[in-house]
Amino acid sequence: MSVEATHLVKSFGARADVAAVGGVSFSAPEGKVTALLGPSGSGKSTLLRLIAGLEEPDSGTIRIAGGDVTSVPVRRREVGFVFQSYALFRHMTVRDNIAFGMEIRKASKAAADARVRELLSLIQLEGYENRFPAQLSGGQRQRIALARALATEPKVLLLDEPFGALDAQVRIELREWLSRFHEKTRVTTLLVTHDQEEALELSQHVVLLNGGLVAQAGAPHELYDHPASPFVASFLGGANVMRSRAQDGREVSTFVRPHDVRLAKPQTDTSSLELATVERLARIGGNVKLTVTLPSGEPMSVQVSKLELDQLGISLGDRVMVDVTSAQVFVDDYAI
Amino acid sequence: MSGIIATVQAGSGRRHSEVAAEAPWVRATLIGVAALFLGITVLLPVSVVFASAFSKGFTPFWAAVSQPETLSAIQLTLLTAGIAVPLNAVFGVAAAWLVSRYDFWGKSALVTLIDLPFSVSPVISGLIFVLLFGAQGLFGPWLSEHDVKIVFAVPGIVIATTFVTFPLVAREVLAVMQAQGSDEEEAALTMGASGFQILTRITLPKVRWGAIYGVILCNARAMGEFGAVSVVSGHIRGQTNTLPLHVEILYNEYNFVGAFAVAALLASLALVTLLVKKSIELNAALKARRLAQRADHDRRSLVPSSLRPANALHPSPAPAPNTGH
Repeated sequence: MSVEATHLVKSFGARADVAAVGGVSFSAPEGKVTALLGPSGSGKSTLLRLIAGLEEPDSGTIRIAGGDVTSVPVRRREVGFVFQSYALFRHMTVRDNIAFGMEIRKASKAAADARVRELLSLIQLEGYENRFPAQLSGGQRQRIALARALATEPKVLLLDEPFGALDAQVRIELREWLSRFHEKTRVTTLLVTHDQEEALELSQHVVLLNGGLVAQAGAPHELYDHPASPFVASFLGGANVMRSRAQDGREVSTFVRPHDVRLAKPQTDTSSLELATVERLARIGGNVKLTVTLPSGEPMSVQVSKLELDQLGISLGDRVMVDVTSAQVFVDDYAI
Repeated sequence: MSGIIATVQAGSGRRHSEVAAEAPWVRATLIGVAALFLGITVLLPVSVVFASAFSKGFTPFWAAVSQPETLSAIQLTLLTAGIAVPLNAVFGVAAAWLVSRYDFWGKSALVTLIDLPFSVSPVISGLIFVLLFGAQGLFGPWLSEHDVKIVFAVPGIVIATTFVTFPLVAREVLAVMQAQGSDEEEAALTMGASGFQILTRITLPKVRWGAIYGVILCNARAMGEFGAVSVVSGHIRGQTNTLPLHVEILYNEYNFVGAFAVAALLASLALVTLLVKKSIELNAALKARRLAQRADHDRRSLVPSSLRPANALHPSPAPAPNTGH
């Protein structure tokens, strides 16, 4: 069931002049994972809370499965929400946590128990019914929160930074797990994250937000390969930015991704060539991150594979030739 | 390196590890100072009260306690606490809920007002009610016209006690609510719970320890309140005399055994309150441990370890991947 937001505006209290969400429209396709991606303060969490109904928009409409839910209260909106803190009921067992929504809906005890067992097997935590949240690890709590959100078969699943509170290794494992999990459940999912890797890996649709507005929306590779603005280009992929001036005086920004740069050692006499110098070199697993200084004095980040580096025989302090295989160029609209 | 790890592991039970702990003489000094201080300020006075009460044997003690005037004071004290404590429990939880969940104009003023009964002297708290409800007070003429007695009567004592003990529950519950945040309430909301369901099934169980602790403190203070009650009571023996006031009267009459006998009774009420608190805490801890053991047992019996999925997310930490140094 799709989610559609149209011209959503929300500002908070004293800062009415600065809108947290300043006129956002987007749609999340049915059965897919849509990532709401953006730096902190971009309004992504507020947007998710607006969709859940935990905040009321100043203006705009929200549709879930085609129906206008803008003025439907949270408790009747049929959304599953997973909080960054998981928000498990600490005084209830795992069983009671998951069954809570069903008990509110007056489901029979047998039906609730059956659904709890089904969900626990889905999240691979069979036999944990009588545990309390305090007795679970972070990753386990996260999965219980997910099961609890899905227990009442919501129309959409909303995840607010679901891996934010986990350490790096568990986060990567859970990310893969969630991806497989979604293939099984096929629930329309909205995922808030500030981690571009998470968004690119988990989602089929990305809405990139900046300063309470949509910077660009589309398939992950579309945003990555065809950024619509300098912000998108620099946010995704950690690009190098080079500024220059066009003949008519307008400023030109050129974005080059670290892995779109090829390095080579000059084979001939180098005295007549302008070369870059390798200033830093860090091996991170199978990849190598380098910083080279261009003849203009500007630094440039470069990423190559370990294998490539060994073949090239480049080491710290070497003078190298730099070739850019792909770049995005933006010309500022206004003349200076 | 391995030596340190071994020490820490050996110490990671109930025993303190030698690495993390203070030197023995530091520990001994700190504990000694604390014990001495507690002995002088708490244990000694309490034992003096009981010793003096029984200094002439049990019979004079019983005579003082079973006097009709004492019995009436006990009755009044219990009645006052019986009204003031439930009122403050309800209003305290409501006020804490309001302050921690909602933003509204004048919120900080309200929080300050909640603390007011603590910051003014109890004597002044009593005077406020005399000025409001006394014969010369604001509502005095209206009250005497309708033949309602508040000051120098039981209602005044109850009102003054409620006022003085108001912050106790509110403060405790507010601190707990603010520390726990409202994520769980919001989660319940998204699952379809109504406001009342959230209050009874999520919020109240969440803050129950804070509330119970607040109620116990409130009860102790309500039974022991002297200043405010002294101003509004009028000290009418057998009618408007609470236990603390009765102690003072007996003492002023040089009836030391009687005074200490009633004081011992009052101290016993406080001790019983604390015992109730302790037993509730113990009960809860036992229940939690039993549940944890049962959960552990259930899990083992349900899923034999050999059949459990070889899942990377299993609690046992997987070896860290070699990140290639």
